[in-house]
Order: sequence, then C-alpha cells, then structure tokens
Amino acid sequence: MSDIAEKVKKIIVEKLGVEESEVTPEASFTNDLGADSLDTVELIMEFEKEFNLPIPDDEAEKISTVGLAIEYLEKHIGK
Amino acid sequence: MTFKRVVVTGLGALTPIGNDVATYWNNLAAGVSGAGPITKFDASKFRTQFACEVKGLDVTQYIPRQEARKMDAFTHYALIATEQAVQDANLNLETLDRNKVGVIWGSGIGGLKSFEDEMIEYAKGDGTPRINPFFIVRMIADSASGQISMKYGFRGTNYVTVSACASTNNAIIDAFNYIRLGRLNMCVVGGSEAAVTKAGIGGFNANRALSERNDSPETASRPYDKDRDGFVMGEGAGSIILEEYEHAQARGAKIYAELIGGGMSSDAYHITAPHPEGLGAFLAMQDALNDAGIAPESIDYINTHGTSTPIGDPQELKAIHQLFGEHSFKMNISSTKSMTGHLLGAAGAVEAIACIKAIEHQIVPPTINHFTEDGEIDSRFNLTFNTAQARPLTTVMSNAFGFGGHNAIVIFRKLS
Repeated sequence: MSDIAEKVKKIIVEKLGVEESEVTPEASFTNDLGADSLDTVELIMEFEKEFNLPIPDDEAEKISTVGLAIEYLEKHIGK
Repeated sequence: MTFKRVVVTGLGALTPIGNDVATYWNNLAAGVSGAGPITKFDASKFRTQFACEVKGLDVTQYIPRQEARKMDAFTHYALIATEQAVQDANLNLETLDRNKVGVIWGSGIGGLKSFEDEMIEYAKGDGTPRINPFFIVRMIADSASGQISMKYGFRGTNYVTVSACASTNNAIIDAFNYIRLGRLNMCVVGGSEAAVTKAGIGGFNANRALSERNDSPETASRPYDKDRDGFVMGEGAGSIILEEYEHAQARGAKIYAELIGGGMSSDAYHITAPHPEGLGAFLAMQDALNDAGIAPESIDYINTHGTSTPIGDPQELKAIHQLFGEHSFKMNISSTKSMTGHLLGAAGAVEAIACIKAIEHQIVPPTINHFTEDGEIDSRFNLTFNTAQARPLTTVMSNAFGFGGHNAIVIFRKLS
C-alpha cells in the first residue's frame, strides 16, 4: 500500500472512529462508515491539510469512497 | 387561574469539588476548596494563574470519542451532568411522554475554547479560511440543550438562556413557568460553563474581575473577607429535573424539594458594576418572594451571589438587609463560591443544587476562607463562616446576578 493510502486510512479511522478493517477501497463515507455531510467536509479538509493540496469543491463532491480519495490524491500530489 | 406545582426529582453535578452530586455535597459541607493552578493552558504570563477546574474527568466514559470531538467542553459537561440527573430521576424513557419534556439550559458564554482554537489556527495561516465544519456547532451556546434533547428524545421546548452569571436561574424560572402553566410535564434545566481558557482568564483579568492571589489559590475565593480581591473562575455543570408535582407523584418519583418562586429584575445601571444600593438585587428578591407568595421571614437561608469581589459582596448584603430587615440577621447566608469558584453561567445550577441538598440534609454549607472581618460588613449577619451549620431549613433562596445588570432569584421549599 502506498504512503498516501496509509495516511488516508489513518485520517479516516481517526475522524470517523471506525475500525481499520472497515476502511476498504469500496467503503462509502456516508453509506458504510457512518459519516454525515459535515464529517465528509471535515475529511476533505483533513486531506487538504495532510497533503498540502487544495481540493476544489466540484472535485471534493465526487470523492465519496475511500478508493476515490486515494485515487484523487495519488493523481494530484507532486504535480 | 390555579398554577400547577413544580418539584425537583433529579440532580446531576460536575464541579471543581466533585464529579457527582454526592461528592459535591460532601465537599461543600466539609468546606473544601476546588482551586488550584491552571492545568488547561500555560498561564505563566497571565495575571491570574489559578482557577477551580473540573478534575479527573474522562469524557469518553460518558460520550463516544467521535461524538465528543464535535462538541465543546461546556457541552460535554452539560451531557455528563444531565446523564446523572436523568439516572437520578429514574426516568423510564419508553413510557414517558417525551413531547412534553423540555430542555432549558443556561450558559454565559458557550464554546469559548472552540472559538479560540479555531481563530488561533486561522491566524497561523495566510488568511485563507479553513474553518472546521463543526466549528459553529461546537461554539454556539444552544448546542448544549440541542445535544441533550437529541440524546434522550426530549421534544418539548428547547433553548439556552444567556444572561451572564444569572443564566441558569433564568433557565430555571422559564421552565418553572412552562410547567406551572401546564405547557410541559417536565424540563431538564441547568447550566454549564468551560471558560478556563486563555480568552476567559485573560478577558476577566483585563476587566479586573479575578482574584490575583497566585500564592494561595485555595484561599483566594474569600467572600466577605476584608482582603477579598476578586472572583476565582470555576467551571462545570449542574443539571436539575423539574417536574409537575402530580406527574412526579403518579410515577412514584423521589421528590427533593418544591420550586415555589422566581424573581427577576435589571439594574439598568452599569454593564459590569452592580447598582451601588443593590437596587436590582432588592427588586429581584422582592419579586421572588411575591411570586412565591411568602413573607420575607419565611426564608431560612440565602445562597448568595457573593463572588468575592470588593464591590459586589457588600452591595448584595445591603439589599438583603433592606428587604429582610431584622430577619436578615436571623437567617443563614453563605457563598458556596468560596469553595467552587464562580461557574459563571452555571453558577445558578450548582448553587440551586447546593440549596436543594441543604434542605435534604438540614445543613447550611459554609462560606470558607474567612480570615479578617471587614468593617464595611455588618457583623450581625450570620454568613456561616468557615464551617457548615446545622439548622432547620424549610425555605431557601438562591441569588444570581450577571454582567449586564441581570438579576434572577429562585426559591426552593421542603415539600409539605
């Protein structure tokens, strides 16, 4: 697993209070991990802070699962 | 019209001298101070470096960590004290008509630390706002009553009263009115405050309200002592279940006392200083006696506002003397802030509980830290100095006054 994926998982476990085993790539923040809309906003902000990468709102709206978050971050970091 | 009667059927407390009602009461009766050096932040550059903090609290014992981090400490305190009160009242949430249960909470400030932390973070950046989505809901004062209602499904009237240090007494009086009018069967009332923060201590230092006796925190809160030099900041919460009398009887509830009157007034004088003749305090106490329909001579004990400030303490006594005359020397008077510090918006909550427990145990908790008589204070008052006094207690009054000139008084009576 990449460094980015590790960090993303850690943030999700910390913020949503879920078990690490639940944080699978397919897991949806709202449907599977119990996040509400504010939790999701907070998660995105944490990603932005951790990776020092601003995520535009229209992109953020599409990041609904663990996998999509990792994918987005891997694609945009270091570019 | 005939009003319904309102009684107290549950208590919860989280205070600088005890994290439950039993410990709180035992320490009140024993004259224990809750003051000590500030541990919540580095106060080394502050004029005041001590406070009455809540001690040894593990919030996650009561609130799951994920929920807890979305709330300010003043909401944690509210939920913890209320859980104790709900347990104490032995409520059956399944059979209770929860649409007729309200929550009216008091807080002078709300989530001060949440505001502080967020703005400190913001100031570190380049001006781009990166405000946490939970910031507002952590900070706003009404989140306490909102969280309580969500936890128990209490769907009646719900709001927070803000009148500085009179906040909880205003909450109690509002609930009293709704219940005696038949609008609610029951109401969670109380207050919480968590202002031992940089802004809280620094702000009250700046307006010279706090004691600066850093070499002796435990003796700093000394109401009516000649050398008093300001109040000691306290924090915590008190929660009280108020219930319509027949409703309480029907479910076989334990009844602590009856709430028989509430009085309110405004000084209309100065934003921080009390009226020099204690006019607002006089009017509010008079209003409370009228509301209760009792004579001044009925009052056995007054738990005063008595914050240990040079100006405030004697003015309150002046008002008491003016209203009660000779009887003011026959009743007991004490300021339990000598032990708990001043819990600001929550002061009325923990002091109402002190009054209710005083009636239960027939013991007046003391005003500790009296060392030197103040020539300005009439020595005929029985200010219950230094040790608790046993006496028959039927009717007790609890005073609360707030910056802004708000005065709110409640009267409890042993159930007859």
